[in-house]
Amino acid sequence: MRVGIVGYGVYVPRLRIRVEEIAKVWGHDARSYREGLGIEEKSVPSLDEDTATIAVEAARNAMRRAPEVKPSEVGALFVGSESHPYVVKPTAATVAEALGLTPSLTAADTEFACKAATTAVQACLGMVKAGYIKYGISIGADTAQGAPRDALEYTAAAGGAAYVVGAGEGVVAEVEATYSYTQDVPDFWRRDGASYPKHAGRFTGEPAYFEHVISCTRGLLEKTGTTPKDYDYVVFHQPNSKFPLKAAKELGFDEKKLQPGLLVNRLGNTYSGSSLIGLAAVLDVARPGERILLTSYGSGAGSDSFSIRVTEAIDSKRKLAPPVMYYLEKREYIDYSTYAKCRRLFKER
Amino acid sequence: MKREVAIVAVGATKFGEHWSKGLKDLAWEAGVQAVEEAGISGKDVQYIVFGNMSGGMFEGQEHVGALVAEFLGLNPVPATRVEAACASGGVAFFQGYLAVASGMYDLVAVGGIEKMTDVEPSQATEILSAAMDYEWEAYFGATFPGVYALIATRYMHDYGLKPETLAEVAVKNHYHGSMNPLAHFRNRITVEDVLSSPFVAYPLRRNDCCPISDGAACVLLAPLDEARKYTDTPIIVKAVAQASDTLSLLERRDICTLDATVHAAEKAFAMAKLTRKDVDLVEVHDCFTIAEILALEDLGFCAKGEAFKLYEEGETYVGGRLPVNTDGGLKAGGHAVGATGVKQIVEIVKQLRGEAEGGRQVDGAEVGLAHNVGGSGATAVVTILSRR
Amino acid sequence: MSVSGVPRHWRSLRERYRLLGTYCENCKTSFFPPKKICPKCRRKGRTREVEFSGRGRVFSYTVIHVGSKTFEEYTPYIIGLIELQEGPRVLSQIVDCKPEDVHIGMMVEACFRKLFEQEDGGIISYGFKFRPVDDSWAEYYDRLLADRAMVEKT
Repeated sequence: MRVGIVGYGVYVPRLRIRVEEIAKVWGHDARSYREGLGIEEKSVPSLDEDTATIAVEAARNAMRRAPEVKPSEVGALFVGSESHPYVVKPTAATVAEALGLTPSLTAADTEFACKAATTAVQACLGMVKAGYIKYGISIGADTAQGAPRDALEYTAAAGGAAYVVGAGEGVVAEVEATYSYTQDVPDFWRRDGASYPKHAGRFTGEPAYFEHVISCTRGLLEKTGTTPKDYDYVVFHQPNSKFPLKAAKELGFDEKKLQPGLLVNRLGNTYSGSSLIGLAAVLDVARPGERILLTSYGSGAGSDSFSIRVTEAIDSKRKLAPPVMYYLEKREYIDYSTYAKCRRLFKER
Repeated sequence: MKREVAIVAVGATKFGEHWSKGLKDLAWEAGVQAVEEAGISGKDVQYIVFGNMSGGMFEGQEHVGALVAEFLGLNPVPATRVEAACASGGVAFFQGYLAVASGMYDLVAVGGIEKMTDVEPSQATEILSAAMDYEWEAYFGATFPGVYALIATRYMHDYGLKPETLAEVAVKNHYHGSMNPLAHFRNRITVEDVLSSPFVAYPLRRNDCCPISDGAACVLLAPLDEARKYTDTPIIVKAVAQASDTLSLLERRDICTLDATVHAAEKAFAMAKLTRKDVDLVEVHDCFTIAEILALEDLGFCAKGEAFKLYEEGETYVGGRLPVNTDGGLKAGGHAVGATGVKQIVEIVKQLRGEAEGGRQVDGAEVGLAHNVGGSGATAVVTILSRR
Repeated sequence: MSVSGVPRHWRSLRERYRLLGTYCENCKTSFFPPKKICPKCRRKGRTREVEFSGRGRVFSYTVIHVGSKTFEEYTPYIIGLIELQEGPRVLSQIVDCKPEDVHIGMMVEACFRKLFEQEDGGIISYGFKFRPVDDSWAEYYDRLLADRAMVEKT
């Protein structure tokens, strides 16, 4: 019995701000950010968009690609994010209500920095395999916070991806195996009540991102007895363009396999959405039989790796909802003052 | 058996920003004028009924019926506040009329009072939006001007009304207001002034919108056969009719028609046994310029899509074919929401008595009509008054 | 919106989230806002809840420049009176559209947005808004799949 993804969908707000526009405000050298981070622009949520609205839009797209799924058959819904609109009150309940899935399901918000939703995908896979539920939905969505002037301001973006997990003929991408890797590494955090996260600068690289992404991916390869050559695509969490490229090189993946799912230069870092939007972009073009390796990364720190095989169902289902490319191109540039309004940077009193 | 009813005295405050006066002070000022004009003691009043949209939200004060009676020193006279948003005054007049016509009371004070400037304008906008459907209009960000703007956009699309013609409504009302000492605005404006004022809700600009005013008005009603006890010039209430419609625009048959106005007008003209041609002047509810255009059509003075042509021809000025809002209307006269319906009646009474000052008197006015609307047309009251 | 309590927000939450109205099986007519009884058939009607497609056309519109306190920070914003495919009209904001681009007759579809936030850490209210219909995304697949073929050739 195939278990895996029966529907997927993404949503990215249409507003964009360019690196130059942010750099201008702070007197930074735009080129060094553009080249150093490998980023041109990032998505920005409108004043009326947040993680809940992005999650709903992404999940509605995912449900369009899973027309065989009746709302009453969805037994679990998780929203992974580090920018849940409420600290206490689940985004997942709002999303479930908006999708008409209530009341007979379990729902929860998950948080593990940028890997909160891949962990929830694993939870759904487990529940489906165990026969607890017929379908489960995992959504990764964020309106990521980057403090003004901080390097994060150039990348912290908004967007989300949703995955309907199930079994049988409707599976468009079978999850063959998954492996995770977790350690306590304080590379990036946000304390309760703080508006913006703090990070440990270059410490977020070697002991954090690379240690986890590379070790987790190697763990999966070992577990499945596969090598990079067995995969047609590879997708990593993408806080910038440099990190995934370096990880791919180190692991021995051809850069060409990384490119279709590497979107950070035009999208920014959508945190919990990041690797899952990358995966969606790959599913938008992948052929039946092709294999994808996905590794997420969440600060704090951990990674989840997935070995995924695309099925014949992809050809008919992907055209039921907008591709990632559509969202990347449907954009409207804003200046920093509009950005500041959208991100509520102005203090009124 | 229904009795004929007459207006025997009137009183009104200036409409505007009364920083030093609260709701009670405004009621006092208008009430005392009417009582003195009738040459009676306040104690002679048997029943007080007045319109007040939202003492609760503007001033945190409900139960204002008894409060006003107390402040006027009239306890234990029964005093009732009625609410129908901006039509509160008109509805109060209807209630007062019923009280006298039915034979229940022989001297009734009908008032309208609103104190609006104690809150910030954005707060006032929010309070006024409570006159719309809260759940399916205001909740989604619609404002009161916004709802009329939706009507205006559609009307312009369907009938080819131009912004510069719409602006003529405001220009005319300011012209009339300049002659009315009680008007909120007494400055004259031009079409240019209107078209260069900022948008409030496209296509309506600031000068398409009435102001937020404080004010009060009062009339005394008595049976016609007793009216001469109080005045030599009783004004006869030929008809009062009230009708209702949906609060929201969502389910209107036609958003460019206020059906409540249509129904109330039909009923009123039938009751008065008069025709549109008999009317010498009208006070209509021009909370926004577009509303005045709609009113003339829905009252039956023009066919749908035709009223704005009167403005192209200047026929709505004093001296024109149909003088409209000779006191400046809501736009220049001011709009103290709960008081407006009564203030309109005060103006018609002055005109029919031949007492309108400042050069705004309509020569030989015999019959006048007042038209008061609540919300975007959920309540409409049409009153027809006659000198004979 | 500070005047209304939480239960009131909650009571119409499902209708706002999913654009739910009422359908009468007897006269085959859809209604919005939701009804307890069919306004046409009265007691003979057989009503049930219906989820609207969310697609419709702009029947009229305005651009709010002066908002009420709750909506002040969103100005200028577009309000549309939308005629749904199923017949009823609904009112909400039109987003992802510049004020100069909105017009009567424009095709729109429902989307899920934040309506407002209560002050002082109160609740967040969500519901339907509308955005211009853009079905151009279907064409992106032709491009994407053509690009894929190119890559495979090289």
